[in-house]
Amino acid sequence: MAKRIVIDPVTRIEGHAKISIFMDDAGNVADAEFHVVEFRGFEKFCEGRPYPEMPGITQRICGICPVSHTLASAKAGDAIMAVNIPPAADKLRRLMNLGQFVQSHALSFFHLSAPDFLLGWDTPPATRNVFGIIASNAGLARAGIRLRQFGQEIIEILGAKKVHPAWAVPGGVRSNLSAEGRARIKAWLPEAYATTDVALEIWKKTMKTHGREIQIFGNFPSLFMGLVTPDGSWEHHGGKLRFTDSSGSIIADQVDVTNYKDYIGEAVQNTSYLKSPYYLPLGFPEGIYRVGPLARLNVAEQMGTPKADEELKKFKKLGRGAVTSSFLYHYARLIEILASLEFIERYMDDPELSSDYLCADAGINSLRGVGASEAPRGTLFHDYTVDRNGLLQKVNLIVATGQNNLAMNQTVAQIARHYVRGNDIPEAMLNRVEHGIRCYDPCLSCSTHAVGQMPLHVQLIAPDGKVLDEKMRG
Amino acid sequence: MAAKTLTIDGKQITAEEGETILQAATEAGIKIPTLCHLEGVYDIGACRLCLVEVTGTPKLLPACTLKVAEGMEVSTDTERLRKYRRMTLELLFAERNHVCAVCVANGHCELQTLAYSQGMEHVRYEYTFPKWNVDNTHRLFGMDHNRCILCTRCVRVCWHIEGAGTKNVSGRGGKSKIITDLNQEWGDSESCTECGKCVMSCPTGALFQKGSTVGESERDRNKLEFIVNAREKKQWNA
Repeated sequence: MAKRIVIDPVTRIEGHAKISIFMDDAGNVADAEFHVVEFRGFEKFCEGRPYPEMPGITQRICGICPVSHTLASAKAGDAIMAVNIPPAADKLRRLMNLGQFVQSHALSFFHLSAPDFLLGWDTPPATRNVFGIIASNAGLARAGIRLRQFGQEIIEILGAKKVHPAWAVPGGVRSNLSAEGRARIKAWLPEAYATTDVALEIWKKTMKTHGREIQIFGNFPSLFMGLVTPDGSWEHHGGKLRFTDSSGSIIADQVDVTNYKDYIGEAVQNTSYLKSPYYLPLGFPEGIYRVGPLARLNVAEQMGTPKADEELKKFKKLGRGAVTSSFLYHYARLIEILASLEFIERYMDDPELSSDYLCADAGINSLRGVGASEAPRGTLFHDYTVDRNGLLQKVNLIVATGQNNLAMNQTVAQIARHYVRGNDIPEAMLNRVEHGIRCYDPCLSCSTHAVGQMPLHVQLIAPDGKVLDEKMRG
Repeated sequence: MAAKTLTIDGKQITAEEGETILQAATEAGIKIPTLCHLEGVYDIGACRLCLVEVTGTPKLLPACTLKVAEGMEVSTDTERLRKYRRMTLELLFAERNHVCAVCVANGHCELQTLAYSQGMEHVRYEYTFPKWNVDNTHRLFGMDHNRCILCTRCVRVCWHIEGAGTKNVSGRGGKSKIITDLNQEWGDSESCTECGKCVMSCPTGALFQKGSTVGESERDRNKLEFIVNAREKKQWNA
């Protein structure tokens, strides 16, 4: 009898989601779907608000990546004012975004994903979490937690708060980098580099023992999108869009973010609150594309810093054309941490970050403003339409996780087809399916949940909706 | 003027006839919480935060409008008063849409400060989530009715310090609204002198400098008092 397996909630991700696995009569996986079960409504309730408040409001979408939202929102505000922000403000925003990359990627790697591939898929769930890592390798766990802290301290040094700093504003930023803050970051950098080196070493060992995961965990052709500099280098704040295909060929380049609607369509599916963006010229669902670390490294020709460029060369060798396995998001994340540290180090010798010319002043010079910035998870768009008085008429947000929606669906289906058979559902199998989602480090809401504390609820559901079997863990 | 002797919180004090309990208490170093009160303009006893107990009177009375009298015994900080003050604050929060975290006045808001100081931990009343708009039509200033507590400070400074009479109140009860002239958009007002005193007087984030972002609205209320003292008492030193 055909039935459906539901993994609800998916654990060790940001936010609330569930996975449905549909079985055919022969007991094989027919399909799998990833559902985001939370509804937020930000696009609606921001209507009527003055646009300068938006960096403060929209960053409440998330507690892990508030910086990404506040920066994209401030950029949309810049576009409404139609100003060039002071160079110091641009550099300071970039510094905060780099801090955000480090903290978010460290969280994803050490706290959320490493328990699976360091402790093993079949480790009991009670210890398959960051506490398990602490128990087995306290030094590594501590270093990972400290690396995340380093990124958060940068955010706090600039914005006075680790989470939800009221700092980036339309036209610029509110404060510069203090001498004391500069000294603190400088002193911490060697430790951050050392931890990143250790993580890269661990990852390289992991790749040797996880060939099957590289083959199966979201390994399929798709397009990739990310921001690049004018010369095609890695970009994280500012820059223009580039799309490449799975052979590595560029199919659209230097696209102004304001024109994203000519390239990205948004499909709505009735099974999830998450929209499914796709590459418009190819249509839905053929226009599936991925964003985030894997995509950014696929579209970029170089990182722009020596150590990260060395790693990028090794990374690019893992694919023919593009690197297509989503399991390698983890590797891409580590390379991005390395690049972020190198860029942060450069800024530490830049006197402009101490400038007090930090904010441009202008009225409303454009009734629409689009701001895009690379969030740790992928390209983030804030698109605002305002009236002549600066009150929002329409808000459109395209978040990274949405853009990876189609890819996440394919990934869970691919993994489920390999590991799920018949009526018996071993927990370790379900964990592999969940990990397919963790590769993308999706950020589904504003709130994090306590790592490892959330129960996993699995149901076997017959076509008539009757629950045949049920398992709880927690 | 005759002097009156009275006790406030057990402390014997002397005050001039015609003074309010709030003035007498302030002079004696006793702090009574206030919200609609603003130095420089007359009091209306609207917010009920400064309520005090007077021995022999069953009703609670607002200290800002209650005049001192001989032999009066006043208590400003009893359990009953603390309970009513918290209740008043909760009702203010429930009445409109106050979202401190993203408000321009966050950290500099008198409503927020009072909620902290009076121990308001949560709101027991159902939030009403009314639909109010933002008037952003003025060249320099904005008015967000979601954050208005109807203290009418802006109305009083507009009429009695600036003398323009631009700000007024329309409607009744919870549907009352601060309006500009004859309920026009602020940007269309002919009487507004763009002096900004209303913005300076606002205890919350309801009135703000256009372009303000989270927590940016800091106000210098001493300027209002300075103008009044300069005009009425010929004192030019702030």
